[in-house]
Amino acid sequence: MSEYEYSYAFLDEQTKKEIRRKLLKAVAIPGYQVPFGSREMPIARGWGTGGLQITLSVIGPDDILKIIDQGCDESVNACNLRTFIEDVTGNAMTYDTLEADIIQTRHRIPEEKMKDGQILVLQVPYPEILRWVEPSERETRRMHAERDYNKLWVFLYEDIVRWGEITISYRYPVMVNGRYAMDPSPIPRFDVPKLHQAETLFLFGAGREKRIYAIPPYTDVLPLQFEDYGFKVEDFSGKSCRNCGSTNSYLDETFDSKSGKRYFMCSDTNYCTKRSSTITETKILPQEMSI
Amino acid sequence: MYVAAKGGAKAISEAEKLLEYYRCNGESIPIEVKQIMDQMRLAVDKVMGEGSLYAPDLAALAIKQAEGDTIEAAFLLRAFRSTLPRLNYSIPADSGQMRILRRISAAFKDIPGGQFLGPTRDYTKRLLNFKLIEETDQHVRDFVAEYELMDLQQVLGTPLLFPKVADLLRDEGLIESVKMNNKKDTSSIQQNIDDITRQALRFPASRAMRMQSLARGETGSMMALAYSSMRGYGNVHPCIGELRVGYVELVIPHPLMAAEYITVGEILLTEVEIIARIKDENKNSRAKFALGYGICFGQNEIKAIAMATLDRAMTAVDPGAPAEDEEFVLYHIDGVEASGFTAHWKLPHYVDFQADLNRVRSINERRSGKNE
Repeated sequence: MSEYEYSYAFLDEQTKKEIRRKLLKAVAIPGYQVPFGSREMPIARGWGTGGLQITLSVIGPDDILKIIDQGCDESVNACNLRTFIEDVTGNAMTYDTLEADIIQTRHRIPEEKMKDGQILVLQVPYPEILRWVEPSERETRRMHAERDYNKLWVFLYEDIVRWGEITISYRYPVMVNGRYAMDPSPIPRFDVPKLHQAETLFLFGAGREKRIYAIPPYTDVLPLQFEDYGFKVEDFSGKSCRNCGSTNSYLDETFDSKSGKRYFMCSDTNYCTKRSSTITETKILPQEMSI
Repeated sequence: MYVAAKGGAKAISEAEKLLEYYRCNGESIPIEVKQIMDQMRLAVDKVMGEGSLYAPDLAALAIKQAEGDTIEAAFLLRAFRSTLPRLNYSIPADSGQMRILRRISAAFKDIPGGQFLGPTRDYTKRLLNFKLIEETDQHVRDFVAEYELMDLQQVLGTPLLFPKVADLLRDEGLIESVKMNNKKDTSSIQQNIDDITRQALRFPASRAMRMQSLARGETGSMMALAYSSMRGYGNVHPCIGELRVGYVELVIPHPLMAAEYITVGEILLTEVEIIARIKDENKNSRAKFALGYGICFGQNEIKAIAMATLDRAMTAVDPGAPAEDEEFVLYHIDGVEASGFTAHWKLPHYVDFQADLNRVRSINERRSGKNE
């Protein structure tokens, strides 16, 4: 058995069908976590198997795919996933956010505003936002069913009492369609507003925890906040990208390996590259923030 | 420019080559998969169990590829398993009909059929056998020839089928009866037994889901949790009613002919039934024992005992210890999931850490403002 033929997009058709059905359910109930029979993939649990199963279930031969990890197309894990999907589908790949039909991502939403018809697949380590306050799955499912989010609100309140602000940096809790509290995956606060009333379909996959959830286009997605302690995104005021000069993108802090000096660069490498090439500079604008 | 991030594809392929180089550069002859199958029998069994696929040749291949890391090898099997369609469900196998290699009871000295020690390391002295360094083909052949001539005849003379020890107590009405499934209709196995490879775990977990999760659990994790219960975090004292290792036939319904069955092969299993006293608050009811059940592929006795212990521990109505909490146990014993997630922290978390830095600085700025 030296040569073994894998089917298109690796998963067998029964599995794809199951995942597509679960996705439909997830889209129909925005923010609700749908359990699914998550399969073991040839990449490790915790390395994007949930997102990967979704991507492989929705992809068709003509789709153009982009894969990013922490905003970067060339990050090792993004490369690894891309090579795998390329091998099992033969589909076209791109780095260009606007050219892609499907983007699979870990911990970032691209800076460029995604459009109607595009799908963003997010890899999710912890699908359960109530895990901050409740370890038991049985109990958190009850809490969601009864829309009992008191513990979460108290947690946020106590955070303010203790620290003067809500200390959650990524995985900031959001309320979807006024019904379900949801974990937006470990995107920074900076990306949370991009989920609100978006043109794009967001699909979330947690492989290890075996959950799928979704935010359909034009859905209300609001961060949990108090009237007197409003939600704030990360503050990069006075800082800009060393590469493209951007002052309104999410920046990674990094150190010059020679001088040890601290500087900032765009976490979204495709956005950064597009901006620094003069030809396209004028076209590329960051997504507007409004909440 | 992206020092830490760029050049990923090249880095990966070079790392892969280096890995291969480290596996090969010792100048010894490559291990044959068959050698692993024959001589690393217990590793193969462990990998088949945790990989949830009964395929000794593929398990041996996985062990070779993973350079002996059994968790990694089990992961390889699982990933392969995902590509296989679910074609059929066997009818329940009867372990009472097991072709025994080994069978012991710690509860009774004399059991019908007798104790049958079989291949076990239990009563060997754990002294390094330096002779194995010099072991040759000739040694191995001589030993096997002599053994087959003298001892094996005697072994083959013993009966291969044994009655089950638990049945002795069951006949006396001393064993609590367990409901197999909540669903009454047993006409279709496929529709009435949950399958954790097709559905996510839900709680309270059905018995089928519990058993399946435990059967593919990672031996070390299960041992640690079971040990915690035996030692003091909980109170299961697993008296081993019976431990048996042997071959069981798997039979499937004939795909075309109704009411006919086909034997598709046999698999090696370790099965353990532990007997524990149950505390029944009802004073009028009879005092009884309850069973804890453990089963896994191959010969892996620690795992089967741990499984039986956890099965028993998880019946606690009000969990007072980790091993009694089904969510705690079932969510954390899967080696493929646990190892994957533990390893994933090696992935870049630049964005997350930046967000954390931002919060910490914000808090400190506010606090230093207050102090002035």
